[in-house]
Amino acid sequence: MREMGRRSEPAEHPFKARHRDEAAAMTAPAPGPGLTWGRPMVLILREGQREVISSACPLALELGLYPGMTAAHARALIADLDVREAEPAADRALLDRLALHAARQWTPTASVSGADGLWLDLTGTTHLFGGEERFCRRLTAFMNRLGLTVRIAVAGTPGAAHALARFGSAAMTLLPSGKEAEAMADLPLAALRLQPDALTAAARFGLERIADLYPMPRGPLARRLGLRTVERLDQARGSVAEPITPVLPVEAPRVTRQFLEPIGTPESIAQVIADLVDDLATVLQRRALGARTVVLMADRIDGEVQRLIIGASRATRDKAHLKRMFGLKMAQLDPGLGIEAMHLLVPHHEPLTAQAAGTLVESSGAAHDLAPLIDHLAMRAGPSALFRMSSRESDVPERAMRRVSPLASPKGWPEWKRPVRLLQRPEALSGVVALMPDHPPRRFTWRRQDYRVVAGDGPERIHGEWWRNGREMWAVRDYFRVETQDGMRFWLFRRGDGVDALTGDLTWYMHGMFG
Amino acid sequence: MPALPPTPSTRRASAPPSSCAETLATLRQELAGVRPANRPALPFDLPEIDGQLTDAGLDSSGLHEVAAATASLNDDAAATLFLAGVAGRFATHPNSTMLWAVTAFDLYAPGLEQVGLNPGKVLYGQGRKDAEVLAMAEDALRDGSLACVVAEVKAADMTATRRLQLAASDGQTPMLLYRRHRSREGCPLRTPSSAMTRWRIGCLASERLPWPGVGRARWQVELVRQRNGNPFTLELEACDAEGRLALPASAADRAAAQERAASHAA
Repeated sequence: MREMGRRSEPAEHPFKARHRDEAAAMTAPAPGPGLTWGRPMVLILREGQREVISSACPLALELGLYPGMTAAHARALIADLDVREAEPAADRALLDRLALHAARQWTPTASVSGADGLWLDLTGTTHLFGGEERFCRRLTAFMNRLGLTVRIAVAGTPGAAHALARFGSAAMTLLPSGKEAEAMADLPLAALRLQPDALTAAARFGLERIADLYPMPRGPLARRLGLRTVERLDQARGSVAEPITPVLPVEAPRVTRQFLEPIGTPESIAQVIADLVDDLATVLQRRALGARTVVLMADRIDGEVQRLIIGASRATRDKAHLKRMFGLKMAQLDPGLGIEAMHLLVPHHEPLTAQAAGTLVESSGAAHDLAPLIDHLAMRAGPSALFRMSSRESDVPERAMRRVSPLASPKGWPEWKRPVRLLQRPEALSGVVALMPDHPPRRFTWRRQDYRVVAGDGPERIHGEWWRNGREMWAVRDYFRVETQDGMRFWLFRRGDGVDALTGDLTWYMHGMFG
Repeated sequence: MPALPPTPSTRRASAPPSSCAETLATLRQELAGVRPANRPALPFDLPEIDGQLTDAGLDSSGLHEVAAATASLNDDAAATLFLAGVAGRFATHPNSTMLWAVTAFDLYAPGLEQVGLNPGKVLYGQGRKDAEVLAMAEDALRDGSLACVVAEVKAADMTATRRLQLAASDGQTPMLLYRRHRSREGCPLRTPSSAMTRWRIGCLASERLPWPGVGRARWQVELVRQRNGNPFTLELEACDAEGRLALPASAADRAAAQERAASHAA
């Protein structure tokens, strides 16, 4: 860096505070080979009063940080440490999604293992992917594309696979059947998924590796380290079975009807839709679900698929309601030369348990169920055509309303006098004669017509909302309710309070009509 | 339902009528028998109106039309408030809901709340054109789960109103049709319609208060046509917070007050 220069080239001050990143880059040692990340990063979890590192990136591990260290200690050791909050719930959700993906794509038996792993039961499925090794390479590539590093072990027992994947030497281990005991011999005892107290006891007896347990008699072993340890050892060696509880992917409810002959008449199509809806209602009832969206797919002879989609404002499995909604839409279905199969699919559903159909006693407080009517009207005019009006917390009249969904319960407004119809935007008045600062106008001209005011109420002062934009910082509107000579009642306002010029330019506007 | 003249055979079957008035009375009785038993009519609780209405109130399963007296926006607002007041009194049950179908949404819901239509009771529907609004209203009437249906249209012919009237009597739901002005001159109530009653509402000057404020609004309420009854015109005070109309104070007091207010305002 230049200390001095010509006057036209200003030199930097030698003691100017440098940016933190820049300073770190100059003091930190040059990164070693393979360490291409920028700053070491750790994730922290709060445990009681202290923050503990839950995981550390490879660079941080290289620098001597380890999971379980307190965050304050790590920060003291390394100045330029990127510390972020761990999100165990999000990790768990990602793992669940991966398990579901595995269950849909790779094997019927897949499940989450611990906080960082997946079980996949590959029995009888790897030939679909060209053998175990090719499957494992594919899996590695898939995970790398997701931005994850992966360690895979394929073994004859879940215990051995668990141990080799986490404590084995290679990132990908394919163990031939029957070699579990040999392969695991050199691994530490923690690989067996033992209880913490069993691990402590084993450390006290000087047992470190799994091989140390093999020659020990089973009775004393169970007495010292617990029966659970023996069971884990047997499970890993394959003498005791360990079943995997698989995750079950939830499938969208679906019913199908195939026809012997292609159909094309409206009557037959309506009949098939009715039958399909009956089938679907049974399926939904068995699974305690209600449909929000139902898709009807009709396979035509020429291979084209026709679709009709209906939506419900609330979860339903009411047969008559679904049939009526499909009946309204059926005219959009083009059967062409004939339809050979029809399906109903429920892509969006919600839990819906059994409901009381009605009571013998007439309950006066019960309201009519509006959801079927709302669906019916929305089918006719579009889903955005139905709404309710609710209050929004704003004093400015044109901002006080907002549209909410037709099944929401809206809130009311304060009881200030308000007109029943509001102009789209306020219209300027001309020729206004008014006493300042707080009297209604005596006369004004609006839409080329002169009005003489005989009575007025006001002003109602409404201030601008300074948090929205700067122009409303000091803005004020003074609203007046006036009646003209021939009995017309208007809602007018003046911009500005008539005293302070900052609040407005004293122009008058028409904003609404009272009846 | 149009009043059909009874066939000669039915007339011969009843006792031979002696005079014109008696004929009319027997005809009215026969017609009352033809009409199905409905929900009770909604009274205005004003003897001056209820006494002149055939059903002593608004039929709860019929079509009623309302229009503004002129094309001005004030009369339009007055007619809207009259409608909202009637609709609010049809929907007095706390859980009831009504539909308000429009093509262009320029209603101001806080103003509607002040005549007894709180926002939890009103479901708005916005159609692209008049035909769609009428179709929505008819569907809503036939469903029968609403307390009242209001539709705002510019044009509705005899067929459309007849359909609405039939749907209203099928669904046992009152239908209020607001006929908006199309041009500056033509009154929308000039076209024929099968409504039970047709109303025209206009603004009048309110009573002058002893201080320079605006008093309770006052309307000219005109019943243009009703089935089996005579038209009439009344000057009434506007809806209060529960949608009820009122009779103004006596004329002599009002004249004095008006003079006083005029001197205040001058």
